[in-house]
Amino acid sequence: MTGGGFSRRIYYAVGITLLVLFLLTVGVAYIDLGALNIVVAMAIATFKTILVVLYFMHVRYSSRVTWVFVSASFFWLVILLVLTLSDYVTRGV
Amino acid sequence: MTDSHSHVAHQFDDLAQQQDASNLGMWAFLATEVLFFGGMFAAYAVYRTLYYDAFVAGSQHMDVLLGAINTAVLLLSSLTVALGVHEVKRGNNAGLTRYLLLTITLGLTFLVIKGFEYSHKYADGLIPGVHFTLDGPEHVGLYFILYFVMTGFHALHMIVGVGIMTAMVIMTRRGRFSPEYHNPIEVSGLYWHFVDIVWIFLYPLFYLIRVHP
Amino acid sequence: MKTAPEDVLQKNYITAEYGIRSWLLTRDHKRIALLYLISITLFFFVGGFFAVLMRLELMTPQGDVVSAETYNRLFTMHGVAMIFFFLVPSIPAVLGNFLLPMMLGARDLAFPRLNLLSWYLYMIGGCYTIYAMVTGGIDTGWTFYTPYSTGYSTTNVVPVVVGIFVLGFSSILTGVNFIVTTHKMRAPGLTWFRLPLFVWAQYATSVIILLATPVLAITLALLGVERIFRVGIFDPALGGDPILFQHMFWFYSHPAVYIMVLPSMGVVSELVTCFARRRIFGYRFMAFAVMAIAVLGFLVWGHHMFVSGQSVYAGMAFSALSFFVAIPSAIKVFNWTATLHKGRIEFRTPVLYAFGFIGLFTIGGLTGLFLATLAVDVHLTDTYFVVAHFHYIMVGGAVMGYLGGLHYWWPKMTGRLYHEGWAKFSALILFVGFNLTFFPQFVLGYLGMPRRYYIYPEEFQVLNVLSTAGASILGFGYIIPMVYLLWSLRKPRTAGPNPWNAKGLEWLTPSPPPTHNFDTTPVVTEGPYEYEEKSADDG
Ligand code: HEM
Ligand SMILES: [Cu+2]
Repeated sequence: MTGGGFSRRIYYAVGITLLVLFLLTVGVAYIDLGALNIVVAMAIATFKTILVVLYFMHVRYSSRVTWVFVSASFFWLVILLVLTLSDYVTRGV
Repeated sequence: MTDSHSHVAHQFDDLAQQQDASNLGMWAFLATEVLFFGGMFAAYAVYRTLYYDAFVAGSQHMDVLLGAINTAVLLLSSLTVALGVHEVKRGNNAGLTRYLLLTITLGLTFLVIKGFEYSHKYADGLIPGVHFTLDGPEHVGLYFILYFVMTGFHALHMIVGVGIMTAMVIMTRRGRFSPEYHNPIEVSGLYWHFVDIVWIFLYPLFYLIRVHP
Repeated sequence: MKTAPEDVLQKNYITAEYGIRSWLLTRDHKRIALLYLISITLFFFVGGFFAVLMRLELMTPQGDVVSAETYNRLFTMHGVAMIFFFLVPSIPAVLGNFLLPMMLGARDLAFPRLNLLSWYLYMIGGCYTIYAMVTGGIDTGWTFYTPYSTGYSTTNVVPVVVGIFVLGFSSILTGVNFIVTTHKMRAPGLTWFRLPLFVWAQYATSVIILLATPVLAITLALLGVERIFRVGIFDPALGGDPILFQHMFWFYSHPAVYIMVLPSMGVVSELVTCFARRRIFGYRFMAFAVMAIAVLGFLVWGHHMFVSGQSVYAGMAFSALSFFVAIPSAIKVFNWTATLHKGRIEFRTPVLYAFGFIGLFTIGGLTGLFLATLAVDVHLTDTYFVVAHFHYIMVGGAVMGYLGGLHYWWPKMTGRLYHEGWAKFSALILFVGFNLTFFPQFVLGYLGMPRRYYIYPEEFQVLNVLSTAGASILGFGYIIPMVYLLWSLRKPRTAGPNPWNAKGLEWLTPSPPPTHNFDTTPVVTEGPYEYEEKSADDG
């Protein structure tokens, strides 16, 4: 794992982007978008996560196995959420 | 001094194999952490779907500003961790120590602010099962239970993280790390970033459900 | 491949060090495997003891041996001990620990210290649970359904749940270790498609452990919060939703049945090829099938909730998805059969267990399909049909595989050969006893006898007596191997490195192996099951 890595400038850039995105989350929350509020908030959070994972956690230049592990954990999270919710949203339809 | 061979445990052939293994081990562990918090997020998703109004009512009692400060603090701490890893790769152990100490400070700041929030909640009678006097809509208690369980487990992870980072400071001081060997720093960093990611989701889900007028 | 050094004077992992400290602080995967072997055997007999009491009670329609309250505790503690403390760790923690590094040509697992920690967590969780059992027990069923477990039961729910929570971390550490070891520590030339199917099975199992166990942990934690603080997370009277508990519980517990059975499938693949002296039929299909089971197993949990109040649409989806899991399982059964077909089968003890597994697992799997059919399940759920189904899978399948593996690798682990005649006899006794115990339960369930009651109507007595008679044969069958295996320890270590003439890196080392497993790291040049080379050349 030695050798590789990003320059310090990239870390700062990512850090600042994260803070901007965070301010954006707060700002958007003050606008009434109805049901879209949560969608936007989760989209921004997901984007922030991707930034942290790719740059701070170095997955951008990690091996394929790491990519598989990261994707698998999120894929399984989706299974858990989707199949559980599939029950609740189809009750009494 | 930094004979890289002395760091290789007997079951590994070389340092590269050992480092790959411990990185992968941490990723595997983080996958279980995703599902651990995932169970709580699933509960959150279900109850928010069923009792949206109760969640809105509950979230009106959150201190959006303190939550925001904490979010910024954690995002910064992720940056300092990343920079620390960057420094150790370049052999700058003094820089590493500085960033680690900064990270610990930010982590403790987060925990202290969280402590204040909890004690306000206690004073206001918003802790189900302990001291709960809120006369809100039915099911509003669920919002607070999830809030305390999820932020509580998150805080527990923060405490562990601060402990790990403290251990890293000590190991750095003892001259254990070098550009060739700094795997524990990287692996601890992965853990810290993960805990940060959890908060990235917790903040909007609990504090920002409905703040617009 | 090179032949093994036969130097009997060489120190092995057992004689390398002496004294209790050298065992309790060991980081050798083989010693940890033995520690696990002893501990899980203990739990097997604890669980078995509860089962004996239940079967005694069920000999007559009235309640005469125990009270209703005691009976509830018995079936709960039986399930907890057998599932969490015996079956989940069994093959991975004993055979997997011992063999995985050797099959990969490695000196140890990637994280030996975590491996030891995992055993200590197991013991802490286990001892705490035993303590909870003897100081009042627990009566919720191993499924801990809310709101009974959180609001009404007066038994030791929290301590048992804490014990299982701790145990969960023990499994997770084993899973992390196996996954990393398989990825990073394979010998030169050992590509993924040269891995023994046992390794594939352990890998798939570890994936399930990593992704399912944390959900059980958080579910039990929430259960504890609800019970301790009297707040409504799952209790409808307090504003919660009990069905959410079931979703979260079964998100773990259906995949958990594959945690129990996949390792056995791995063992059976090894036994079948070795004793049929043939390459496994459809190696890649077998490897993909275990991975497919690991993934698909996560999509079907709702079949445990057909009558729970879950939406009918979700029920239909879960029912349909359940049928897909059957496909890879059927592929495996087909390929084992195809391997045995036309093989020159050597009827040694391990392969008898493999036969037992294949037959009984097939019955268990097919009856699973009945249960997964929504309309049929409404009639059969919570009857003895379900009890019979999962015992065919878990005892007929998983335990048979475990015993088969134990017999196969016993000479490797100890350097001793056991008495073949007794071993065959006990395999036969187990098969007969098992079927006599559980087959009548299919009929009982079909006729409508509900599970988890200590009394029943008169007309069910004949079948229940048959079942109890079978159980006593079965119990006897489990004692015999205990005796002759322990007895074999008194004999000299004459097994030799490879008593079965088997392929696989683990057979290249002396029996018992030295602490570092291999004097020189083996180099792999061929697949795992090249049994036919010679005859092909001759022909
Ligand atoms: C392969 C290993 C399997 C194991 C270890 C296993 C184990 C179990 C266990 C322990 C239960 C009872 C849970 C309880 O209510 O306490 C159960 C129930 C059930 N199993 Fe399996 N099973 C396996 C395979 C299958 C398959 C392949 C299917 C269907 C495709 C299936 C379908 C079901 C269904 C539908 C139930 C619920 C029945 C009911 O409660 O009404 N199982 N199984
Ligand atoms: Cu199931």
